[in-house]
Amino acid sequence: MAKNTLSSRFRKVDIDEFDENKFVDEQEEAAELQGPDGAEVESLLRQGDMMTAFHVALRNPPVNTKNAVVKERAQAIVLRVLTSFRSSEIETAVRSLDRNGVDLLMKYIYRGFEKPTENSSVILLQWHEKAFAVGGLGSIVRVLTARKTV
Amino acid sequence: MAYHSFLLEPISCHAWNKDRTQIALCPNNHEVHIYQKERSGWMKIHVLKEHNGQVTGIDWAPESNRIVTCGTDRNAYVWTLKGSMWKPTLVILRINRAARCVKWSPRENKFAVGSGSRLISICYFEQDNDWWVCKHIKKPIRSTVLSLDWHPNNVLLASGSCDFKCRIFSAYIKELEDKPAPTPWGSKMPFGEVMFESSGAGGWIHDVSFSASGNRVAWASHDSTVAIAEGGKTPVVASLYLETLPLLCLTFITENSLVAAGHDCYPALFVYDAERSTITFGGKLDVPKQSAQRGMTARERFQNLDKKATADNKEAVLESLHKNSISQILVLEGDKAKCTKFCTTGMDGGMAVWDVKVSSQSVMSLPCLLTLIFCIMA
Repeated sequence: MAKNTLSSRFRKVDIDEFDENKFVDEQEEAAELQGPDGAEVESLLRQGDMMTAFHVALRNPPVNTKNAVVKERAQAIVLRVLTSFRSSEIETAVRSLDRNGVDLLMKYIYRGFEKPTENSSVILLQWHEKAFAVGGLGSIVRVLTARKTV
Repeated sequence: MAYHSFLLEPISCHAWNKDRTQIALCPNNHEVHIYQKERSGWMKIHVLKEHNGQVTGIDWAPESNRIVTCGTDRNAYVWTLKGSMWKPTLVILRINRAARCVKWSPRENKFAVGSGSRLISICYFEQDNDWWVCKHIKKPIRSTVLSLDWHPNNVLLASGSCDFKCRIFSAYIKELEDKPAPTPWGSKMPFGEVMFESSGAGGWIHDVSFSASGNRVAWASHDSTVAIAEGGKTPVVASLYLETLPLLCLTFITENSLVAAGHDCYPALFVYDAERSTITFGGKLDVPKQSAQRGMTARERFQNLDKKATADNKEAVLESLHKNSISQILVLEGDKAKCTKFCTTGMDGGMAVWDVKVSSQSVMSLPCLLTLIFCIMA
């Protein structure tokens, strides 16, 4: 047996990194949005102004950044707003969004599905139902095919 | 509107001859079958066997009556009718992955093949060597080319590929033709020049189509969007986010409107408003027959609640004409400027012919109204 079969370090090499035909997304020059302002959202929720909190939470989605911390923070803020809505108000909130807003909401909802907590799934499913009624299958397809995730 | 079920397998691709009496299609295998329209249906008259892999693209040149086919065996063949037999001529594409789509140019002196080798082969016949030669367009394509469409000037070629971009290339071959006149997409057109590139945000581009004048190009993307770009100094792009499943094929039927179909199994109309740069959904072109609503017994209601968690009586049956995704759409009558008939084939092995009637009530700023007439095939 040849000597070099003893070492298995080669198995840890990621050969995709060395593939010269590897597809790399173009670096866009767009500004790196840092996610919604958590403090502002908190104060609006305390005042009971759900709709404004909802719209503020959907601002500045961190789609262009690769920073996981920023994305986690944005996801937490949005989830907080979504869970503080009453079931009856969800539909009016969804209707107040434009097409891009509905797509963005869908992205956050599916992101929320990834890490289910105690009550989050139930409320997220209610949001999903209302968002699906407006956005249709197309909005879900756009979540699946998006290169820039929220 | 007429529907004929050819096979139980998907129809991979199809093409029509000039007078629309014969259709060449690939029944999801290595062969091409040519059917002739008889009074009582369709009869298979030829079987073209030469490919070693699935035939992924067929195009039938109307004037010169030649068929070009390309397949996953990395080859393309040009078929000419000699007497009553179709004789193939191999075209070496110099690709190392499957060929995916093929289109004759408007003047039929060259054809383009898109492949998984991340390049487009432009093939033309060299008289001296009595042989088809090909030139490659490689840069800047980064993934499989899924669809191609030629501009009416025989030089520009639109391509949609899996790197999420629609591009317009120049396929100018100086041995074949004179320098083309300037177009809204640009005036300098050396071979391989990129005249237009869409922004790569979105999904794979399944199909591209030039309008009849060549001034507009439309593409359908896998993220359930359809977009149209208008040529000019800075091309203006309008896009529409759909609420349905992604579209797989599209074609212009007038300068302002296009018909597209895909995984939802029905063709849909889209209207382009050039002034406002918007695309609007014009409606489904498939009118399902009204299924009788019969009442439900209480037992059925409870059974539904138990099985499906809903008390509705909606049956899980597709009401559209095609029972599976529509993968290809071709203009049959009229050209892309004033189409009166178009044809769709799909994964259900069926082919449907649709009639389009243009009612001439066009107000200057509004697009033409399109209504449909259904005629059942006798």
